[in-house]
Amino acid sequence: MDHQNAVGRSLLRPDGLAKVTGTALYLDDLTEGFCFHGVTVRSPHASALIASIDSSSVSDPEVKVLTAKDVGPRNSIHLIQDDWPILADRQVNHVGEPVALVVAPTLARAQSAARAVKVAYDVLRPVLSLDEALVGDPRTNGGLNVLSECKIAHGNIYQGFAQADVIVDGEYSTGHQEHAYIEPHGVIATPTLDAASAFKGVDIVGSLQCPYYVHKALTYLFGLGDEAIRVRQSVTGGGFGGKEDYPDMIAAHAALLARACGKQVKILYERQEDIIATTKRHPSRVRHKTGVKRDGTLVAMDIDVLLDGGAYVTLSPVVLSRCVLHSAGAYACPNVRIRGRVLATNTAPNGAFRGFGAPQSLFAVERQMDKIARTLGLDPFAVRRRNAYREGDTTPTGQVLKESVSAVTVLERAKEATRFTERHAQNEKARQSRKDDGKALAGIGLSLFWHGSGFTGNGERRLMSKGAVRLRPDLKIEVLTSSTDFGQGTEGIFRQIVADACGVTIDDVVVHIPDTAEVPDSGPTVASRTVMVVGGLLSRAGAKLAQTLCSFAARHDGLAPAAVALRGGFFETERGQTPFRTMAKKYLIVHGPLVAEAQFEPTPGSTFDEATYRGDAYAAYGWGANVVEVEVDPDTFITSVVNLTTVSDVGHVVHPVMCAGQVEGGTLQALAWGYLEEIKMKDGRYLNDRLQTYLIPTMADTPDMQTILIENPTTHGPFGAKGVGELPMDGGAPALLQAIENATGISLARIPATPERILQAGRAGQ
Amino acid sequence: MNESYKFILNGRPTEVTGPPMARLLDVLRRDLGLTGSKEGCGEGECGACTVLLNNEAVCSCLVPLFQVDGASITTIEGLSPGDTLSDLQRVFAAEGGAQCGACTPGMIVTIRALLDRHPKPTRDQMREYVSGTLCRCTGYERIFRAVEVLTGQREAEGVPGAPVDGTSRG
Amino acid sequence: MSVAYSPNTLAEAREALARGAVKVAGATDLLVIDHASFRQHAAVLNVLAIGELRGIHVDDTGLNIGASSTFTQIRQSEDVVREAPLLIAAAATIGAAQIQNRATLGGNIANASPAGDSLPALLVLDAQIVLFGPRGRRTVRHDTFHIGYRKTALDADELIERVIIPRPGPTLQFFRKVGTRAAQAISKVVVGFSGNRSGPGLRNVRLAMGSIAPVPTRLVEVEAMIEGEPLSPALADRVCALVEKTISPIDDVRSTADYRRHVAGQVVRRMLLDFLEEPKA
Repeated sequence: MDHQNAVGRSLLRPDGLAKVTGTALYLDDLTEGFCFHGVTVRSPHASALIASIDSSSVSDPEVKVLTAKDVGPRNSIHLIQDDWPILADRQVNHVGEPVALVVAPTLARAQSAARAVKVAYDVLRPVLSLDEALVGDPRTNGGLNVLSECKIAHGNIYQGFAQADVIVDGEYSTGHQEHAYIEPHGVIATPTLDAASAFKGVDIVGSLQCPYYVHKALTYLFGLGDEAIRVRQSVTGGGFGGKEDYPDMIAAHAALLARACGKQVKILYERQEDIIATTKRHPSRVRHKTGVKRDGTLVAMDIDVLLDGGAYVTLSPVVLSRCVLHSAGAYACPNVRIRGRVLATNTAPNGAFRGFGAPQSLFAVERQMDKIARTLGLDPFAVRRRNAYREGDTTPTGQVLKESVSAVTVLERAKEATRFTERHAQNEKARQSRKDDGKALAGIGLSLFWHGSGFTGNGERRLMSKGAVRLRPDLKIEVLTSSTDFGQGTEGIFRQIVADACGVTIDDVVVHIPDTAEVPDSGPTVASRTVMVVGGLLSRAGAKLAQTLCSFAARHDGLAPAAVALRGGFFETERGQTPFRTMAKKYLIVHGPLVAEAQFEPTPGSTFDEATYRGDAYAAYGWGANVVEVEVDPDTFITSVVNLTTVSDVGHVVHPVMCAGQVEGGTLQALAWGYLEEIKMKDGRYLNDRLQTYLIPTMADTPDMQTILIENPTTHGPFGAKGVGELPMDGGAPALLQAIENATGISLARIPATPERILQAGRAGQ
Repeated sequence: MNESYKFILNGRPTEVTGPPMARLLDVLRRDLGLTGSKEGCGEGECGACTVLLNNEAVCSCLVPLFQVDGASITTIEGLSPGDTLSDLQRVFAAEGGAQCGACTPGMIVTIRALLDRHPKPTRDQMREYVSGTLCRCTGYERIFRAVEVLTGQREAEGVPGAPVDGTSRG
Repeated sequence: MSVAYSPNTLAEAREALARGAVKVAGATDLLVIDHASFRQHAAVLNVLAIGELRGIHVDDTGLNIGASSTFTQIRQSEDVVREAPLLIAAAATIGAAQIQNRATLGGNIANASPAGDSLPALLVLDAQIVLFGPRGRRTVRHDTFHIGYRKTALDADELIERVIIPRPGPTLQFFRKVGTRAAQAISKVVVGFSGNRSGPGLRNVRLAMGSIAPVPTRLVEVEAMIEGEPLSPALADRVCALVEKTISPIDDVRSTADYRRHVAGQVVRRMLLDFLEEPKA
């Protein structure tokens, strides 16, 4: 039978046609005209006591105004720690913090009423930077406000430094980054009422990544059972982590308003509100002290990581965890000490953003490798090649890398594809004999990085995610999972995986929308876990379903179970073929509904100790190398990225076009974080809270891209696949800064590398 | 004062009553139910609301209703009349031009206008003409490639003739 | 609720102007502010409908550009390409296609942003602005039109009818916008320059900058230093230093005073060095 697998082919994404014709329905495309509208009253201050809230001048009789006292006893988002208020009670801790909610039959009336709510504040001195946070925080009576802390120790750092020929110090900083998904946040809450019109639950539909997070937050808020809350995802216009935790907040707001007015309530953020209120990438400062041998061999790494968590804990402990676990980079070193802390400041909580802490620490270690290379007179490739992880190496947590290690491979491929070493040396030489002719300065830079797939440490063991497939009466196999598609192509990829796992064609498989009333909890759609972890569950569930059907077919034909196989949409036996649908129909008539479920199974012998940070931090790692080519204008220091080459080991490529799309889109975000995107602040207020002032790359800013995908399979993912979502965020910024250094001789330790910073650093270096 | 305005919308004579300074985007989405054009920023920066006004790409969030009286407007809905897909749309979907899809309608309308001016555009022509429509997902590479496939400058990578009815989202 | 006027002629626009109607051209700034601030206007006037504000041609007065010409129309005009390449270069940097298709030259002038990209170009081309109002027409020199931060010589009941650029235009024209990204960015510094070659130096020198002061500004002291002086690397350095000394930019959300000063000097310096390198350009 000539049958092609679905996995590995660039099949049309199932939502593709709806998206290109404009018929895909996003949140704001639903319900207009018959729902009520919610508006949020926000703090204009970074730190203040709320003296009073006066809504007496709201005259509209159909308007309802809610404040903290209306929330009930559980006024917090139920996440890691329950410290994130749904509405600020006594005190506000960041600009844009929700203070009151207003609902009205029309948006205009809600907005007008919101303007009439008067809040009086006693303003306090805010803490707005890591430097100020290190001095102490008024909220803790001047003590350090540490939201989370962790340590890793491996080998003996003192012995390591004693063996070193050279010790190199460095300090590296990164700033806030805004997700800038094109569709802003939005949620619709529909109350369910009992016969006496009393509130008994709520249905949520929203632009979101993690339906079960919202479900958990709302069952906690209202103290209701699981069935009282139903959460569905609408077509979601981008997330990048930005729709991981914040939908909990908007859904809570909309649900509270729906309870208050008994009507369906929609909350939709406009761009400015979205930027002001929602999470950003954590700013970071990482210090490195590295002991090296003259030949570049690492012998000791001492790393101190600080993250700016913003006002509340939210997801910061897990961001910190991933940050420190990646902070020694893709390099073997026998003696490593890492300390990480998240400090509180008076800005909106910083949260999940593609890479989840790893891009910050990888930026630092990659720039530190450049500094080591410069100090020792080595080229950036050589120092990386020497120390890159090989199979059998041990990470700082004591994890032995047993399989699917591609650090050297991706590095070599990147070098070959770009003639890196030669061109880097040429540019260095050209710089020495530079003329004052105004010509753009050419630079090339390289980075190497790794990214753990799936939840950190015991995260997956704690989640114990489930995925299922079901045979529908229309003989379609339906994928049941809470993993969401917000652009990555999840739906299509799940169809491919399940089609091949079952042995049916892609047409036989459909995907149910994420809906907590219908699908099992497959965990959140984060952490580069969708293909490897959830795809793995679905692959197993699909195989189970196929096995059940094959057993049925065998009994039907009087054969041994092993004599029947389902392949390419046919049950195959020695005697011939039966179409999948024929036999599946018989099964449903005889046995009724068929559902097969799979649950996460921890790898035997794999452990992680969260107290000591020892053990297997991730089941598998993706590996990447980037080469960035720039031109820098010698007069204006404006950097143009002219070429980008990425090499990524993703284990197995499920869909080449979408996989490349993840790499390309993620890497452009990484480059932009490196030189363009910056949140500027005054008194805790973001000055650039619009897309006119917070600038993301246009097509004109975008280089041509060469995208090389490598397949070094893992045993932990379906067909060998590892995660690809976050890996591309990790290496763009450091490679870019190396390229700027190669072009100008100016070495920056802080991003974004704006022309203003290059000018300043160039002067300081003169 | 609400007044009545007449224009040709996707080839059909249309009449709308509304305030003169109503944003065309709101008129399209709220009054006419054409939700294909998206609002991403409300200030002409993202291009998600791009429509053709007398065959020129404009941000519909920046066009007041009273200025379209007598004009001809084409939205994303007008580029696939009667559910027939244009080649541009087909290639865009197959070659990875769309990820989250929020920029996609505006992107396709912008590229339609580009192709009217440059039937076989170079990347630099695309960079210049399309830079007013932002995409945060793709890094633009697959958008370049989709246009290059469409205009015969590159081989297709997507598998042709693939099925399309795989989501219960419909 | 607004009363809307869409007159086809200036004569018909008199009533709207007399009522103080808000003039609406490409609306690329106006509608953003209206929407964000919930602002409503009592009366609005669609200047795009007025015939006299349209079209680009060359006549006795010079290059004559209707105020409602969009930047796309300006870029496509062979007359502008020939007479005022500097304005073409400026128009190309204003927003992206969607904005250039709507935004008008008159709107850019009336909007009076310190960062208005066309304004330094108009300044160095000695543009004249023809205004129309109930008291008839009057012509204002561009360099006296912008009188303070977002303040202009335009009366509330007047509109900008046309812009006239004298001919023959200067043979050397230069424009450079320094923005945050490659397209669609508001400028950090924008530089316009014009002059004619005369022996080893330049005559009729005009240098103007935007985003460095509350209004787009001519740098007359710098012009004087360049005027008639033989071009040389030393002159370029002296001019660069004087530019840095002359301007007083500020720190804002887009850039720093320090960077603006540096880059303004360097752009002018490089321009002079390039003139020196390419005597025929």
